[in-house]
Amino acid sequence: MRRDIFQAIADPKRRAIITLIALQAMTPNAIADNFNTSRQSISKHLRILTECELVKQEQQGREIYYSLEIQKMKEIDKWIEQFRKIWETRFNQLDQVLSTIKKQKK
Amino acid sequence: MNNNLLFDFAVNKATKTVSITKEFAADLSLVWDAFTKPEILDQWWAPKPWISKTKVMNFEVGGKRFYAMVSPEGQAHWSIQKYTSITPKTNFKLLNAFADKDENPELPGSDWDLNFSEQNSITKVSIAIYNESLERMEKQIEMGFQGGFTMTLNFLETLLPTLSLK
Repeated sequence: MRRDIFQAIADPKRRAIITLIALQAMTPNAIADNFNTSRQSISKHLRILTECELVKQEQQGREIYYSLEIQKMKEIDKWIEQFRKIWETRFNQLDQVLSTIKKQKK
Repeated sequence: MNNNLLFDFAVNKATKTVSITKEFAADLSLVWDAFTKPEILDQWWAPKPWISKTKVMNFEVGGKRFYAMVSPEGQAHWSIQKYTSITPKTNFKLLNAFADKDENPELPGSDWDLNFSEQNSITKVSIAIYNESLERMEKQIEMGFQGGFTMTLNFLETLLPTLSLK
């Protein structure tokens, strides 16, 4: 199942996981040690993050390590930047409209 | 954009709210008109080269603005904004939703809260947009702005002074 990337970051616990593994790849157990919650709940969050392609898994010996897909995180920033530009452009235009109206009133 | 005037844009992913604050070098009643009168709104609402065309607008509680963003190729994307609360020259709230050409809204939409205030002849507008799903905001961008945008920014300086009230 393909999920929306914004669903991945909508949950505070998932954001905390992202922050953790941004520093280094970690096993699910090591991640769970940082939270006051069941191992199952961490697994569920990791599954969602994986489905959103925000994290990747890597087998090392008997352990699975989770790490962050930095590229995917950048997509979010890029997307927000576009939204910001829409408003910036719109308001630039309004600045001009306002100054035109003011000149006409004089 | 006038560099002395504030423009602030923030996305709070946790509360799914976009906050935009902008100052304008104009008095409050003029800025209020620019947001509430279709003939002025249509001059700036669509980032160029898109144009905004308001088909219906009754600025009153329970009233609506039914408008289209029209691409340079003539493709229209319709939206409905329903006014849910109005405090003249201070605040208004609306429910924004995409629509088809027959005014059927595509729910869920987003809740907008717009605040206006004036100090020393500078009018500040603060907009908070709450989206039930961020996916919806994403769609707003996918609906065609991307291409036009970079271009818009580049041409902005030369393009804008030609804007005038008809």
